[in-house]
Amino acid sequence: MKPFQFNHKAVGIFLTAFYPSKERFVDLLLDLQQQAIDFIEIGIPYSDPIADGPVIQATSEVALANGFSVSELFDLLDELQDQLQKPTVLMGYGNQVIQFGMEAFLQRCEKANIQALIFPDLPLEMLEHHIATTTHKSKVPFVHLVTPNTADERIAHIAKACTNSFVYLVGNAQTTGGSYALEAQLERYAAIKTLCGNVPVFLGFGIDSREKKALAHSVTDGVIIGSAYLQAVKNGKEQHFLASI
Amino acid sequence: MKTFSHRPNDRGFYGEFGGAYIPELLHNNVEELKVAFETICHEATFNQAYTDLLKQFVGRPTPLYFAPQLSKKHHTNIFLKREDLCHTGAHKINNTIGQALLAKRMGKTTIVAETGAGQHGVATATVCALMNLNCIVFMGEKDIERQAPNVARMKLLGAEVLPASSGSKTLKDATNEALRFWINHPETYYLIGSVVGPHPYPAMVAHFQAVISEEIKVQLQAQTGNSQPTAILACVGGGSNAAGAFYHYFEAENVRLIAVEAAGEGLHSGKSAATSLLGTPGILHGSFSLVMQTNDGQVVEPHSISAGLDYHGIGPLHAHAIQSKRAETIAITDEEALEAVKTCSRLEGIIPALESAHALAALNQLNFKPEDVVVVNLSGRGDKDMNTYMNHFDL
Ligand SMILES: Cc1ncc(COP(=O)(O)O)c(C=O)c1O
Repeated sequence: MKPFQFNHKAVGIFLTAFYPSKERFVDLLLDLQQQAIDFIEIGIPYSDPIADGPVIQATSEVALANGFSVSELFDLLDELQDQLQKPTVLMGYGNQVIQFGMEAFLQRCEKANIQALIFPDLPLEMLEHHIATTTHKSKVPFVHLVTPNTADERIAHIAKACTNSFVYLVGNAQTTGGSYALEAQLERYAAIKTLCGNVPVFLGFGIDSREKKALAHSVTDGVIIGSAYLQAVKNGKEQHFLASI
Repeated sequence: MKTFSHRPNDRGFYGEFGGAYIPELLHNNVEELKVAFETICHEATFNQAYTDLLKQFVGRPTPLYFAPQLSKKHHTNIFLKREDLCHTGAHKINNTIGQALLAKRMGKTTIVAETGAGQHGVATATVCALMNLNCIVFMGEKDIERQAPNVARMKLLGAEVLPASSGSKTLKDATNEALRFWINHPETYYLIGSVVGPHPYPAMVAHFQAVISEEIKVQLQAQTGNSQPTAILACVGGGSNAAGAFYHYFEAENVRLIAVEAAGEGLHSGKSAATSLLGTPGILHGSFSLVMQTNDGQVVEPHSISAGLDYHGIGPLHAHAIQSKRAETIAITDEEALEAVKTCSRLEGIIPALESAHALAALNQLNFKPEDVVVVNLSGRGDKDMNTYMNHFDL
């Protein structure tokens, strides 16, 4: 079962749980099921998101002020399960899963039919350290990040760990939502794609236009769009944005 | 007692605490630093340069002062390790000298740092001026307002002070911003201010602060004929002055190591910063340690009257030392600390920093014998806290 092997170039949309409100989040999540996209990444709001730029930070603050809690998110995902046809990925920070309990967290993910997990501050080495203490062998795979600056051997090593999910290629080694020219690194992206073999490579961070999406698609298997979508949500223009992309 | 070691394993773990919980974006930065620390910091020429600057620029060794009046008051022998006499007024500069020298040797030209009250920011700005490095200091928007004189000092020294306007706009957010800046500018050197952060920072900062206990050993031997005291007391924010004061005594098991935490308005008042008593295991700023957080894993804002102790984590070395019972913890309230400021000022003619006053106040909760020898690490002087003292004591 490889939910991230698509027979076309993929598009994933990132949105922050409970942003701009719990109700609107549900609307957005259901709306995305109808859109021409392939998977959905739900961000778990966190008080100290060190890998995130201003847009996602701001959405997390709003969501936390809305009374977000991890178990409420799981309850919601359980409830909506029948209506969520597209693969769902959760992204959060390591402290949240450790506080919830690694084992309990993984079990709730299985129950909610979560297809993959991304914890940017739980790199491979640290994840192994914590997984080693769980007795329940989880079926939910983890996604790991690589950047254009990641060493080749490390990329190959990371790709192996992502066999059942995908490799998250951070387009430019910077926090989310930054702006940069993809052209400058296309060759590197292609080389990374080769290093990852059959494991899908999705490029994220800073994709905000049809042009950038096309460039990324020319050398990888897909893109993940976050800050630009959330910015559109903030302005009430998400339909327009999704159509434009 | 769980076995205790004050040296981390090769992944940076002290027992279950430590490690490097960093996004892949920081992997190369941290690896580069690890290699530099393991090689350069152990070279004779590096150590010579570090020792020379500590002597000529910082004013080390700092005295180990027998405090006659405090000794009388507490019916024991109290020595004060006078880190307050360091240039810039606190122990923080021991670390910034070491790390800035390392940054130079690594070929870095820009330093980024976080600061709460501004003590670490000032110590960083100072060494950057000394070593001709560009200096950027992140400081919470709220702290910039609260600590105007230190902001001015940093600016006068040539540093750029950037406001952290995310989250609670205090030290934790300044640290988040510094980490993000380091992600976005990997060519810079991130100079962290305490024994926190991803491996190798906790080990490196402890290494540079270890000079405190190295000196205490020699000074105690000369002054009392025994290099081992009964106990050492130090306040703990992130834990750097305590790590330095404890360092060479971790293996001397008969020496009591007492970490003094800020209880704020009371340990269970909801307005406290006593992480080692109230925290639970979690990830903060790149390491696994004790963290004050909600059941849902969201970080909780701490409170202490002393900005330097107003942090919701402690370094992994201390988390391990406390969990394995090698170190004890005492919590001191804002009120008790202020009282100790007055006592020390009047009895010894030394105005301590609010942070250090917590360590002094802990003497009231301990019963030592007349022949005991107690060292209190006086981590800083009170100049920076005069506004608080003026308001509180109606001066
Ligand atoms: C005088 C003084 N003591 C103690 C501290 C607390 O830091 P640490 O626990 O790292 O020594 C600070 C921090 O700013 C300080 O300025």
